[in-house]
Amino acid sequence: MDRSLTEASADLGCNAVGTMKRVIFPLSIPGVLSGITMVFVPCISTFYISYEFSNGMIKMIGDVIEDKFYKSSEVNYNMGATISLVLMVLILISLAIVNRFSDDGVESGGVVV
Amino acid sequence: MKALRTVFMSLVMLLLYAPIFVMIVFSFNSAKSTSIFKGFSVRWYKELFLYNSSLIDALKNTLLLAVISAVIATVLGTVAAVGIAKMRKKWLKSAVMTATNIPMMNPAVVTGISMMLMFVSVGKLLSLTSSVNFFTILIAHITFSLPYVILNVMPKLKTADEHLIEAAEDLGCSPVAAFFKVVLPSIMPGIVIGFIMAFTMSLDDFVISYFTNGTFQTLPLVIYSMAKKPLKPDVYALESIMFIAILLLMIVLNIVQNRSDKSERSIRSK
Repeated sequence: MDRSLTEASADLGCNAVGTMKRVIFPLSIPGVLSGITMVFVPCISTFYISYEFSNGMIKMIGDVIEDKFYKSSEVNYNMGATISLVLMVLILISLAIVNRFSDDGVESGGVVV
Repeated sequence: MKALRTVFMSLVMLLLYAPIFVMIVFSFNSAKSTSIFKGFSVRWYKELFLYNSSLIDALKNTLLLAVISAVIATVLGTVAAVGIAKMRKKWLKSAVMTATNIPMMNPAVVTGISMMLMFVSVGKLLSLTSSVNFFTILIAHITFSLPYVILNVMPKLKTADEHLIEAAEDLGCSPVAAFFKVVLPSIMPGIVIGFIMAFTMSLDDFVISYFTNGTFQTLPLVIYSMAKKPLKPDVYALESIMFIAILLLMIVLNIVQNRSDKSERSIRSK
């Protein structure tokens, strides 16, 4: 980010909070969005950790999918595949929405993690 | 304002590193307890290396898999990035980049499940006895680390000077020689960072390995199966060693990145 932008905003009468709100934050939106994506995606796909830490109280969609493949009483590959596909489509839709709000195109690349 | 900043930063650091710190402390505990510290000892480190061969074997497997998959992913990814960078049609380029990015954005559960289903059905078609084995987990790891390599090499290719390649060809280099003598050195920092990222992604992955491993046991899978019972502290010992190793790797990575940024800046300013 260009340092002179914050200086300009201070010159034009913004205090520190105003500069944060009107200059720094809007300019860091693409970074914030990719941050959201980077947390959102792994969270969606975790299984076991939340299940185990909550003593089996909280079951995430990942746990459900895992049960459909590995828990002998619930084995149903087709259902598991269906849930996975629905999950994938939902994620891709939400990512497409997030990408609409960031002007940072797919091409710019860079380190993502 | 400044005090607030310090408090906030220390809170973040505390939340991030307190669990790891606790684990390292208890890996040096002489007793088995995870609540009372009975005294400093390297007992668990000794037990880990002398008696717990399943963990050490799993560590060897993990490192082997990480090295092989990172090498293959780096070679494939670099070649792919060079190809993508040379594409003339803009829509094709962005379409290919989107296609490369989707596996990275895809939830790991879905990637794991879909790969397992594919391996199982191909195995059935070829009527193999075991459809998932070392090669399937290797394919899976290469697949999910490829986008990271491509994403790290692409920006370097974009900033590489086209005139240098032309100059090399003018001076008698064949296109292949020009690639190895001019392009490759200039994108090397990106390749190195891509390799290290592929390596750590492979090292770290649990979900995809869980679905595609067969009988091949990696460290996260072994720890997962151990975590159903109370863990023995030799697991903490191993994890402490791994944490320190990753920490050192990250420091090296940062130094490499800083240097390449600096040299880039000095080239630009000339």
